[in-house]
Amino acid sequence: MDRRKIRVLVAKPGLDGHDRGARVVARALRDAGMEIVYTGLHQTAEQIAETALQEDVDVVGLSILSGAHLTLVPRIKALLREKGLGDILVVVGGIIPEEDAAELLKRGDADRIFIPGDSLDSIIEYLRGSFSSNHTL
Amino acid sequence: MDQLVKELLQGNRRAAARLISNIENDVPEKRALLQEVFPHTGNAYVIGITGAPGSGKSSLVDCLLKKIRRDGLTVGIIAVDPTSPFSGGAILGDRIRMQDHALDEGIFIRSMGTRGSLGGLSRSTREAIQVLDAFGKDIILVETVGVGQSEVDIVKTADTTVVVLTPAGGDSVQTLKAGIMEIADIFVVNKADLSGAERTITEINIMLDMKNETQWRPPVVRTISVQNEGMDELWQELRNHKHFMKESEKLLEVRKERVRRELTEQVEYLVKNKIWEQVREGIEIETLVDRIVHRRLDPYSAAAELLEEIDFL
Ligand SMILES: Nc1nc2c(ncn2[C@@H]2O[C@H](COP(=O)(O)OP(=O)(O)OP(=O)(O)O)[C@@H](O)[C@H]2O)c(=O)[nH]1
Ligand SMILES: [Mg+2]
Repeated sequence: MDRRKIRVLVAKPGLDGHDRGARVVARALRDAGMEIVYTGLHQTAEQIAETALQEDVDVVGLSILSGAHLTLVPRIKALLREKGLGDILVVVGGIIPEEDAAELLKRGDADRIFIPGDSLDSIIEYLRGSFSSNHTL
Repeated sequence: MDQLVKELLQGNRRAAARLISNIENDVPEKRALLQEVFPHTGNAYVIGITGAPGSGKSSLVDCLLKKIRRDGLTVGIIAVDPTSPFSGGAILGDRIRMQDHALDEGIFIRSMGTRGSLGGLSRSTREAIQVLDAFGKDIILVETVGVGQSEVDIVKTADTTVVVLTPAGGDSVQTLKAGIMEIADIFVVNKADLSGAERTITEINIMLDMKNETQWRPPVVRTISVQNEGMDELWQELRNHKHFMKESEKLLEVRKERVRRELTEQVEYLVKNKIWEQVREGIEIETLVDRIVHRRLDPYSAAAELLEEIDFL
């Protein structure tokens, strides 16, 4: 029997001070049947990549409000690639200006970007859609 | 040999992570993988940490890791959190307290959801321990779900079981479920910075006096994990218990018991599969169900009939 579940690392890289948004997303994903590894505030890029490896997640969800997305996201993606984890989906949520989002997507550093106002359902739908072929949900 | 197992034995962390996932997901080749892993297990010492939700299990693990690593030992951690019975999802948050160790190559942390299992561990905790054992970790720490009463599975799994209590406030130790007192090799009274710690310690000791265990009397360790206090003593007591287990041959005894249980489970598993395979080929279960529901047959005779028909009885 296939008992796969979508595993998501929800992480907050960098220095911004609260994780309310990340927690709300984590709960919504749990309620959608996913397993969320939650690591709390102030994670370095190295911690995030290594945690993704040990926890064997399918998705890394980054919550970034500090404005440092253009340095953090590429750094994390590069570390994931280094570890042979280039196929992990990288999803970013936060206050990301449109041109920055386009840049991150174009360079392949992020697979999808959600901004304030995007619904929780849209995140769930996106993740489900990305794994529908080989995950049961 | 399976490529992942080969890489696991070479110390590849990604292979360890993948193997645990494959086992947890019940891939078809799961049994074959475990067969290849098994000969490389048996070297790790398994310590279970259990206790009520929020009692400080993860914080204790975090503090203990520092001690264990200072002694040059490597550690695998399996941290279990509850899976929601409604959605099947889970928030695995034990790691929050352990992230200072995320980059230590001598430490491997894995979070697991219970996925329907009720005894405080996940369905695949035992197998995950085997993977980390074969991976070469000296100590494996297992943090159970904080269910507060039915953490029975951990005793069947761990060589040493630590029960974490907190100053009970109004409640007393006597109100705790009997089961949880029985399983402790070591008691920890954590959050000793809160009032009532001394009373809790006294009550545990009174209870232990009544039990009058001669071979190993569980020590009661006072800790404040947020201040890293009491950890030298806890690590010392853990080593004492490990020593006791080895010297008294208790370790061999409990491991034999574990193997006996596993062997029984495996035999039953194979028998069950074999029977159902044959039953599915030959017999129309639904016809039987219909007859039983309409009281034309009883389930006891039906089961016997079923097994007769495949020449099992
Ligand atoms: N005052 C005080 N608080 C503590 C102590 N140890 C842990 N805590 C706090 O207790 C809370 C729970 O700690 P955890 O380590 O997550 O407890 P846990 O048993 O792993 O919790 P679950 O895994 O959710 O069952 C946290 O807010 C800790 O900061 C302590 O010694 N004193
Ligand atoms: Mg915990």
